[in-house]
Amino acid sequence: MAANHATQEKTVRMMSASGILGYGFPESSLEAALARKPHMIGVDGGSSDPGPHYLGSGKTLNSRMAMKRDLSLLLRGAIRNGIPMMVGTCGGAGGEPHLQACADIIREVAREHGLNFKMALIHAEQGKDFLLEQLEAGKVRALGNAPALRPEDIEGAERIVGMMGPEPYRAALAAGAQVILGGRGTDPAPWVALAMHHGLPAAPAWYAGKMLECACNAAIPKKHDCLLVTVGEDFIEAEPLNPELRCTPMSVAVQALHENASPVIRYEPGGIVDSSDCQIEAVTDRVVRVSGMAWKPAPYSIKLEGARRVGFSAMTMAATRDPGLMGQIDSFLEFVRGSTATKVSALGIAPADYQLVLRVYGRDGVMGSWEPSRDAQPVELALIAEVVAKTQDVANAALSLARVTLLHSDFPGRMCREGNMAFPFSPSDIERGAIYEFMLQHVVEIDDPLCMFPIEYEDVQGAE
Amino acid sequence: MTRLKDIAKACKSKNAGPFHITLDIMFDDPTLFERVRASGVITPALIAGLYGVAPDAVLFTEYPPALAWKATFPRRIPSGAVGDTDVYGAQQHAPLLDIDIPI
Repeated sequence: MAANHATQEKTVRMMSASGILGYGFPESSLEAALARKPHMIGVDGGSSDPGPHYLGSGKTLNSRMAMKRDLSLLLRGAIRNGIPMMVGTCGGAGGEPHLQACADIIREVAREHGLNFKMALIHAEQGKDFLLEQLEAGKVRALGNAPALRPEDIEGAERIVGMMGPEPYRAALAAGAQVILGGRGTDPAPWVALAMHHGLPAAPAWYAGKMLECACNAAIPKKHDCLLVTVGEDFIEAEPLNPELRCTPMSVAVQALHENASPVIRYEPGGIVDSSDCQIEAVTDRVVRVSGMAWKPAPYSIKLEGARRVGFSAMTMAATRDPGLMGQIDSFLEFVRGSTATKVSALGIAPADYQLVLRVYGRDGVMGSWEPSRDAQPVELALIAEVVAKTQDVANAALSLARVTLLHSDFPGRMCREGNMAFPFSPSDIERGAIYEFMLQHVVEIDDPLCMFPIEYEDVQGAE
Repeated sequence: MTRLKDIAKACKSKNAGPFHITLDIMFDDPTLFERVRASGVITPALIAGLYGVAPDAVLFTEYPPALAWKATFPRRIPSGAVGDTDVYGAQQHAPLLDIDIPI
């Protein structure tokens, strides 16, 4: 089309398939993207949003079947068109098992469809020795009001990942990898890398990445669908690939609010994306152009995410429809706590070895101490009793006693003398297994953006 | 009495990372947004009071391009930790709905 590239402003077209790998997208949207000859197609694979379980346990957020469906379409589309396919934060949490789960799917799809390509795996899981050295060297900094990190925090972690910037993806592109799977990274990283690989400046590249990481979250009506972003020297244009969807200046501005602390200042490895002076304007009724973004370089740092095992959990659900009990639920639950503690200690379980957590739905089960309407009169209340303990056996034993105490404890004015609680299930008690918590709000200050993220190359040969 | 839920397009909450919650109040009518803005009711102190957090713990941004306000502050309990009630932070918006807007 363009006879003389030298006189044309350089632009790069990039696609994001959906909000998270495995959420699905219409095949027709991918085909529409490929018809536009994009320079890459990609998808973000993860988030810390679903909680610490995935990072801690090594399990993937979405099912293998759902990830394979998405990856198979993207991989075949990329190979057919000779363009890169990139996946950020593979498998939900971007640790080693999550990355390997996605690599395994890619190899399987390559075998099934006879595809050959060079693949890069970018590892993001961090060794404890490395982190202890960095801590010792004073290179680990707490964010906000987080407490300073101690060596025992690192030693007690189940898994720690670093959130890579775009540099490892750029290195893999420069090395000629066509399929790039990344461990944990800042969400925009794959797209930023591709745009900068083609010589575009950091500011529009980062803004494009932020637009793309949640795909059609930047469009209306909201849907898991594919987004195309064109990046130029000083602007980006966003356009949904499904003709039923539109990007409007408002929908694009709204994406800037998404899961961010601030809509105008975004901290990234190596700098700040500042969109304070952005102009957002409609190009057509479904294409939006944004310009005026700025990139302010800052000393390079990598954010850490970590999960530690808290213990093992068991839970049960019970509910009451008794007006007399609901009127004195607090004192009743205090009695249940005390009575349960006595029975649990009779099993030789020390108070320090378990924790009973009671959530009262219908009162403040959703908001806890933030609930402004705690004293509203409900028709019924549901309780979730949970025990967190050092072992599953202790959790099960203590929960069992808490359950029977909930069912059979007396209270003043009790009318229903056969049991105070409705249990909807048999068995009533559910083992939740090991549970985890997020434990790091820290960055590591490093000079080399690649040093924490080893890249492994593999010639995948699905065609014999 | 005009309450926010009667005039806003969206009042929502969501995690901003595992340790923070972020609230967005959004309008779809620029004139209405400007009237609410001029009322001066939506402030960091208001949000801090509704959620019982210190005003200086609230990162507050007025964001006219999206006809929106954003407030970000620490969660009661980190996402998914023992005792948490809302892993995604997606149902902490209700106190915003009844904010009285004198317009």
